[in-house]
Amino acid sequence: MSVHHDYETVIGLECHVQLQTASKLFSPARNRYGDAPNENVDVVDAGLPGVLPVPNRRAVEFAVRLGLALGCDIHLTNVFARKHYFYPDLPKGYQISQFARPICTGGSVTIETDQGEREVRLTRIHIEEDAGKTLHRPGETASFCDYNRAGTPLLEVVSEPDLFSADEAMAYYKALREVVVHLGICDGNLQEGSMRADANVSVRKKGSGALGQRTETKNLNSIRFLGQAIEAEAHRQVVELSAGGTIKAQTRLWDADKKESRVMREKEEADDYRYFPDPDLPPVVLTAADLATIESGMSELPRARRARYQDTLGLAPEAAATLCADLALAEYFEQAAAGHKNPVSVANWILNDLSRLMGERRTDDDEGGFSAATVGIPPAAIAGLVTLIDDKVISSTIAKKVFAELAADPGLRPADIVEAKGWRVQRDEGALRALIDEIVAQNPDQVAQYKAGKDKLFAFFVGQVMKRTKGQADPADVRRLLQAALS
Amino acid sequence: MSAGPYTLAAAAAALDEGATTSVALTGQCLDRIDQGNDALRAFLRVDRAAAEEAAAAADARRANGQPRGPLDGVPVAVKDNIVDVTGPTTAGSRILEGYTSPFDATVVHKLRAAGAVVVGKTNLDEFGMGSSTEHSAYGGTTNPWDKSRTPGGSSGGSAAAVAATQCYGALGTDTGGSVRQPAAFCGVAGLKPSYGRVSRFGAVAFASSLDQVGPFARDVKGCAHLLAALAGPDGRDATSSHAPVEDYAAACDQDRPLKVGVVREYQNQDGCDDDVLAAQHKAEQTLREAGATVVEVSLPHAHLAVPTYYIAATAEASSNLARYDGVRYGPRRGEEGGLESLYRKTRGELFGPEVKRRILLGTYVLSTGYYDAYYLRAQKVRTLIRRDYDQAFADVDVLLTPVAPTAAFGIGEKTDDPVKMYLSDVFTIGVSLAGVCGLSVNVAFTDAGLPLGVQLVGPAMGEASILRAGTLVEQGVNLLEKRPQGT
Repeated sequence: MSVHHDYETVIGLECHVQLQTASKLFSPARNRYGDAPNENVDVVDAGLPGVLPVPNRRAVEFAVRLGLALGCDIHLTNVFARKHYFYPDLPKGYQISQFARPICTGGSVTIETDQGEREVRLTRIHIEEDAGKTLHRPGETASFCDYNRAGTPLLEVVSEPDLFSADEAMAYYKALREVVVHLGICDGNLQEGSMRADANVSVRKKGSGALGQRTETKNLNSIRFLGQAIEAEAHRQVVELSAGGTIKAQTRLWDADKKESRVMREKEEADDYRYFPDPDLPPVVLTAADLATIESGMSELPRARRARYQDTLGLAPEAAATLCADLALAEYFEQAAAGHKNPVSVANWILNDLSRLMGERRTDDDEGGFSAATVGIPPAAIAGLVTLIDDKVISSTIAKKVFAELAADPGLRPADIVEAKGWRVQRDEGALRALIDEIVAQNPDQVAQYKAGKDKLFAFFVGQVMKRTKGQADPADVRRLLQAALS
Repeated sequence: MSAGPYTLAAAAAALDEGATTSVALTGQCLDRIDQGNDALRAFLRVDRAAAEEAAAAADARRANGQPRGPLDGVPVAVKDNIVDVTGPTTAGSRILEGYTSPFDATVVHKLRAAGAVVVGKTNLDEFGMGSSTEHSAYGGTTNPWDKSRTPGGSSGGSAAAVAATQCYGALGTDTGGSVRQPAAFCGVAGLKPSYGRVSRFGAVAFASSLDQVGPFARDVKGCAHLLAALAGPDGRDATSSHAPVEDYAAACDQDRPLKVGVVREYQNQDGCDDDVLAAQHKAEQTLREAGATVVEVSLPHAHLAVPTYYIAATAEASSNLARYDGVRYGPRRGEEGGLESLYRKTRGELFGPEVKRRILLGTYVLSTGYYDAYYLRAQKVRTLIRRDYDQAFADVDVLLTPVAPTAAFGIGEKTDDPVKMYLSDVFTIGVSLAGVCGLSVNVAFTDAGLPLGVQLVGPAMGEASILRAGTLVEQGVNLLEKRPQGT
């Protein structure tokens, strides 16, 4: 594989992000995945004679959110254009898209690489409608069309050729997914096709500034396939060039089963799409005030949130990252930690005991994420529990028992549980000293060994005391009095 | 059969006074269709049962003292490129043969809501493309005043049906003159509303930025009653206007100062018959006698209207007609040969020659390398034409122009020369490009007994002015009771 070391891979990605609006981009039909074929099809989606598109302003708002989040220039006057081609899954014979004036230009996505964070520049983000699906059933000569997806709103996010390995491309895709999910504009469900990528791949001799001839590999619907397809295509190109061949402009299709791509069409035969402004759609015009309203309603981006958790709240990087990877979990933490003296401990309880409980109680509806409703325990209870420990009202051993009570009955308050059960820390030093004396007297052998230098036995005495006090003694008090008794 | 009322206003008055019933009027219209349609071919579909039922319901409302307004019980017809659920909508094309829409066009819904009785669907040039109704795939309509002549087009069926009292009002569509020119050829009134005044939802699109649904009646007042029922915004048409709807029927009788402009550039128009010029002078004289002032105005880019129109309209048509592919509805050809064959044969065999000519022209002007020189330039010229009208209306209330350069031409006279046919739209096309409103009113007859009209043009949303001016002309020439022989 030595030839590979002479080449570097250059990648630009076009990602299609399906927007989770209630209705479609230009029709009142429901925008939902997974229904029976042609269930969510309005006369507009079917392209019947006489129908007209009416723009869904919510989709435009979603595009603005992404543009703001990624630092794009946002264009206030939005013209929709028709892109023409014939295919059975395209009901009107044209797709409504944006051409000369996309809603967003510029901006960037921040990715993590081995060398640290890097900005991947964006060319543009535009709004368009999706096509339906053509179904070819084995053994049947006829094909079938399902137009449920026809008219679904998409954002096409086009990057500059700023990615230099499959790993970087995957990191970019993950980062973009994290952003759109956190903005609440896409469910990020890759299995259902909520995000799909086309990869433009070329290779060039290292040190060469010029870009090589690129190919486009279409419809990569998972992060793994994206990585595999880029690796395979870069390899194919290097082998071809090393053998003295040339790379042709092609559109290729990735076969995830065979782990190889095949030519879909040569670009020379590319269609002339005959774009022109859609005369059925007056420009959708936004004002600066619209942008301000949209921005004020946006949730904080994961990167900014992570930084705040680390820098302001003092969380460890791993804890901050885990919380920020799930918006529901992060929001739960925010509520529990709001105004709390010890956010680090609050985070630990959420990431350990509460997350374990979530794992036990997970239902199919939770789709792998955290759900405050499923765990049941309100954020205030976790905050209260940590406060009880910090104020030395209970020990951490008792705290585990309080948590178990909360899990059984989320309506209770931690302080009430402690009172009802009589679990307050023992503060009667005389009684504690008497108990310690008793234990010292009952274990003469251990005392002798300890005094002979077997320091580890100190923990044995602590354990004995805690056991006899049912965990209600303050471990610090116990240690102090024990040391005095054993010296 | 008694002649009965001839104008829509007279029919409405007779119903209101109880002098006749909707069942009687509707029955007379249906009988005239039965007797006349073999020769006239104004109707592609007649809905006797549905019409009789609607008429009886209207009579019941009147009997209960709850009529819905002047149109309640009035028999009307609808051009067959406006969809309805009662039966097939063909748009005059083989490619939609047998197609029945699952929804009513907004204008059909509004007509029904006003109580109008729809007797059937009228003949037209295929997809509204033509000026003679000879391009109907189901055979052309003849002119009720002279069966050897065309009724004009593309809404020739609607104009002929009103002239022959097969209905009292009718809907047409007007993209470059398709209501106004057949109105003039058939001696009736026809109105093209301002762009956006009437919903296009359910009107089979020809050229979206130009298409408007417009009414026909023998009388200007009848057009006003129909416009009142049709006008207003529609949530399913993003190009429909929210401008206030005026009381159009009242506007016909309201005295208002009228400053009338005659267009300098039209004075020496090539190929304009003396009869047509004489008719215009008669209208001008009538308006002066009614107290209007008449001045000369200029539309400097008038000579560019026809070429601009045939670029803009064909570009949009090539796109709008892409959906007719045999996949989802309508008849299908060549599927045994696969997808490419399905497309080629369905579109090749089922579109008529004029439609194909315009699709080819439109495809050409949108193609890469030609877009700037044709489509983009046409858009720029269109802006200049619009400005011409803005400037003219800064000075005058209405413009007075011919409708067409000749009276109704003979069947077959222009079918071999498309350009000659296109040039017959010279006076109506600018109005469409500018998005303003135009009303065609009968003012005279040639020595051979053919009707001659004039066009009154008003600014955008200025329908009240042209309805008033049209009423003055109509009253001055006093021809409303003249009817074609045998009707």
